[in-house]
Amino acid sequence: MARELPYIAAIGEAVHQEMERDESVLYFGQNLATNDEDPFLKAFGSDRVRVTPISETAEIGMAIGAAFAGYRPVVQLYMAEFMLVAMDQVVNEAPRFHYMTGGQVKVPIVLQAGYGFTAGWAGQHTGSIYGMFLGVPGLKVAVPATPADAKGLMTASIRDDNPVVFFHHYLLTLEHGDVPEGEHVVPLGEAAIVREGSDVTIVAIGWMLGKALAAAEQLAGEGVQAEVIDPRTLAPLDTATILQSVEKTGRLVVVDQSTRHGSAAAVIAAEVASDGFSSLKAPVQLVTALDATVPYSEPMEAYLLPDEAKIVDAVQQAVGATVAA
Amino acid sequence: MAERLDSDVGLELLRTMWRIRVFEERVGELTRADEVHGLIHLSVGQEAVAAGVCSQLRADDAVYSNHRAHGHAIAKGASLELVLAELMGRDSGLCRGVGGSMHLVDVEHGLMGATGVVGGNVPLALGSALAGRLLGGDQAAVVFFGDGAVQGGIFVESVNLATLWRLPVVLVCENNGFAEFTPRSAHTNVERVSDVVAPYDLERETVDGNDVGAVHAAFGRFLAEARGGGGPMLLECLTHRLRGHYEGDPQRYREALAAEEWQELDPILRLQRRGAEEGWLDASTPGRLEQEAREQVEEAVGFARESPFPPASLTSELVYA
Repeated sequence: MARELPYIAAIGEAVHQEMERDESVLYFGQNLATNDEDPFLKAFGSDRVRVTPISETAEIGMAIGAAFAGYRPVVQLYMAEFMLVAMDQVVNEAPRFHYMTGGQVKVPIVLQAGYGFTAGWAGQHTGSIYGMFLGVPGLKVAVPATPADAKGLMTASIRDDNPVVFFHHYLLTLEHGDVPEGEHVVPLGEAAIVREGSDVTIVAIGWMLGKALAAAEQLAGEGVQAEVIDPRTLAPLDTATILQSVEKTGRLVVVDQSTRHGSAAAVIAAEVASDGFSSLKAPVQLVTALDATVPYSEPMEAYLLPDEAKIVDAVQQAVGATVAA
Repeated sequence: MAERLDSDVGLELLRTMWRIRVFEERVGELTRADEVHGLIHLSVGQEAVAAGVCSQLRADDAVYSNHRAHGHAIAKGASLELVLAELMGRDSGLCRGVGGSMHLVDVEHGLMGATGVVGGNVPLALGSALAGRLLGGDQAAVVFFGDGAVQGGIFVESVNLATLWRLPVVLVCENNGFAEFTPRSAHTNVERVSDVVAPYDLERETVDGNDVGAVHAAFGRFLAEARGGGGPMLLECLTHRLRGHYEGDPQRYREALAAEEWQELDPILRLQRRGAEEGWLDASTPGRLEQEAREQVEEAVGFARESPFPPASLTSELVYA
């Protein structure tokens, strides 16, 4: 049975259900349980639900050490940027230990990090910074775009034996959608074909998925049928689903709220250029943020970011262009 | 003078220190011969800290080490064969040749993590301590770090959290006076590491880290408290790194110790003098222990030389668990 839930509640439901199911799941974070009525604290107690000081490095490092002993900590970091102060733990410790020990240890931790809050939150609370983690072997990266996927990917992240950075989009926080009750798992590494089409493939990440679907509706009115794919996880990346779609459509537009250099869009474009070049009938189009820090002022913010019109424009260019045989 | 060392304890500490000393000196030779081929940091001169601490731990007590990890691994029970094979990049090594000198891990013996970024190991030990407490056992966690780690924010964050949550972890600082290539005085105005943590209300003690008996006694007290539900504690061991920061370091930043001066400081010679004075060490035992260590290390060299390198396919097999 599914019922409507907001995206953020779907994530909370996944954590709660996994904590009920598995006593080894712990929950760490700043301001996590601010009063005795907190539902996590009431259900699981202060041994498993632990309010931390503003010490991301120590929080994440401690989670790794507890994971060595078999625990599965979820560290709630709130803002993805807050993870940057703990990069040694995120990049050098958590994802490298299984590898460097020849497989002796596992590090099943989830780093829950909100991102992309482009609503006047200015330069240090708005970044879509998942791209920089794609160069970190051993780390998995989830980027849910819907409430159902948010629940399913969080469940899979907690059950995974590897460190997972779970990026939830702040502008989707209160978006509602059907979410299955009870156990719901979306495997890490499986993209979803959200809309089928034959003329162009649009790969859209996170908040961009809704904009891509709106653009696809508009384009359908012009006789262009877009296939829309949500990668759902960026590491591992389901390149096969994207390549199969491009084989069918011959055209690729990648929509990503990140700055272009270091974006997931650049990685996806490179994979298709490398392994799907013979399918392409037109140059790959990237619709990303400009390579600039997100500004405070609202019109400037809009200027910098991808939107529906920019996606439509990119698709029209892809469809209009043909590669000489 | 402290009370007389128990003869079994004294002999075991001496045996461990000789194993570390001979191993480290042999690794230095193998490095110069390029048989050990990576970045190597030796702990010659600091053996008393590793031996005095690890000899009292069980396999289920997690130990975290740093870039200077060989002595800690040996003292915690890792096999000389497997450590040396790891340093020579072999598939039979502790970490299948993937980790190397700075990342020695031996889960079976509770050596949980050697990390190569200064200070990166400290919060990991807190996690082990927390897990031990949640599991309801009496295990303790120990983390070794140098005086150079103390000036990093990660250290202060970890001390704050460990004291806030009363975690059973013993923070063992090997204060050899040098953070890589520069003396402590170039890093901080606080001379003693144990003074850095003073406001946090944790038990702390500074000992002569080249006096293995002193390390053993102080750590033993802290360990008993951690087993009984106490913690955290900080043990600062003042010691001396006889060799450079890494093998090949020209050490232009300091004067070499005079041989007579080192005779006074050498933790092995000091323990041997003490054993003779206290009557639990006869004249032939030091030579025998050294010889035993040499034979064990040569066996390890032979084992490592005969071991194959890891298969290339291991690269992708190990990326994800």
